[in-house]
Amino acid sequence: MASNVRMPVVSSSLRRIGALVLRHLYLLRGSWPRVFELMYWPTVQMILWGFITAFLVDRSSWLAQASGVLISAVLLWDVLFRGQLGVSIVFLEEMWSRNLGQLFVSPLRPLELVAALLTMSLIRTVIGVGGAALIAIPLFHFSVFDFGFALIAFFINLIVMGWAIGLIMSGIVMRHGLGAESIAWGAIFIVQPITGVYYPIEILPVWLQHVAFFLPSSHVFAGMRAALFDHVFRVDLLLTAAALNVVFISTAILIFLAYYRVARIRGQLLQVGE
Amino acid sequence: MSELAISVRHIGKRFDSIVAVDDVSFEVRRGATAALLGGNGAGKTTTIAMLLGLLLPTQGAIEIFGIDMIRHRYRVLPRINFSSPYVDLPRRLTVAENLRVYGLLYGVRNVSARLRELAVALDIGSLLTRSYGYLSSGQKTRVTLAKALLNEPELLLLDEPTASLDPDTADWVRGYLQQYAAASGATILLASHNMTEVERMCQHVLMLRAGRLVDQGTPQELLARYGRHNMEEVFIDIARERHTAHEKRTAK
Repeated sequence: MASNVRMPVVSSSLRRIGALVLRHLYLLRGSWPRVFELMYWPTVQMILWGFITAFLVDRSSWLAQASGVLISAVLLWDVLFRGQLGVSIVFLEEMWSRNLGQLFVSPLRPLELVAALLTMSLIRTVIGVGGAALIAIPLFHFSVFDFGFALIAFFINLIVMGWAIGLIMSGIVMRHGLGAESIAWGAIFIVQPITGVYYPIEILPVWLQHVAFFLPSSHVFAGMRAALFDHVFRVDLLLTAAALNVVFISTAILIFLAYYRVARIRGQLLQVGE
Repeated sequence: MSELAISVRHIGKRFDSIVAVDDVSFEVRRGATAALLGGNGAGKTTTIAMLLGLLLPTQGAIEIFGIDMIRHRYRVLPRINFSSPYVDLPRRLTVAENLRVYGLLYGVRNVSARLRELAVALDIGSLLTRSYGYLSSGQKTRVTLAKALLNEPELLLLDEPTASLDPDTADWVRGYLQQYAAASGATILLASHNMTEVERMCQHVLMLRAGRLVDQGTPQELLARYGRHNMEEVFIDIARERHTAHEKRTAK
């Protein structure tokens, strides 16, 4: 009995992560609206800000210095937004399909679930934002890939921050049920006005600038503007963002695991409704 | 190796002021099929959830195959499996996709071969390419049973395995489970409201009422103790707090 089941520890862990990733790839493969949705909003946003740029570039000396700043900003914002949404949506898919109970009685460990959520978020973000970035090249003659190595650094920092917020949102939904779903959709937008996506954080009130300083994304967007306007790669800004992200992602994983424990105490892994 | 598949000692579960399970202790020997009986809200699902580690008990100890389930559940989970109408499988995935994903999660060595075996055994070959969400209740039950048997579990926990099934499908499921237990030596613990099922399948019965274990024994022992002809009457006696035949005689 159970002769089928015996795997070395590390490979079995990777296999379980792979299994959950495969489950969500099956879902994407079998549902074109889901794939379409991944690219739809990043592309629409990119086109909107592309036309705004085209309109303003002759009317704004600031924008004339670096015409790609708004398109870069919206694409990088979408890395953060899609990174967060990728984690939350994949987790919500398990709740919508009442599959969470099955997963948590399988040998899948909570950290393996987290790893699978982050992997799926990465795949979804690359498809969504990557598609929009490619469309921007022929449409507005702007390539975000011209950032080179800096783009990788921006991308990693933004997606990690998105993961951190997504994990906390998933924990809240696990603890409070699908009634808290709307928080998962909208929480990231509280960051947008204060993190300097489209403007430097220096225009914020001083007290809000202090808040913005503690957001990794603020340093990424400042680094993006430095690259576009001053043609310099600000390593200091990227390192600050990375250091903050270590704190963000560690805290988020701990919060997710704490919510998981509370859900086990309160019996919410079987009852996953509202 | 422990002779016991399940050993539960003084477990309790409290949700704020509500006591769902109160100081319950029982044992299930390896290879036995046992039933957890009780009315709605008696604590059956809560008990099974605690056995699986989905729910942390407020007090008490749970050992499965002699391993502390609260502290070392990941040593046990690959050896057990579970099916319940309260959980589901992803509806948009095909049956084969669902079973492949769970086969990988349980570390089944040759998932394709195991899938073929189960497709024949549970007669789900024609369902493999269909979306799980479009199946009938009976078909879903066979598929969730296939999922529960993917890792050839040594312990199978089933919450109302034949609920909402027509008599023919329910009979088929019971027959298959009996066949599996006999062939593999697996232990089965099932929560059920179906007394015919319990009489047919179970060697041991645990009776819960309002979160407490109020009686246990073989179906024959319980029938004799309550002076009844079938388990349904025993169930009603216990649910309505009627006394056993012995207590009735003593009272006279």
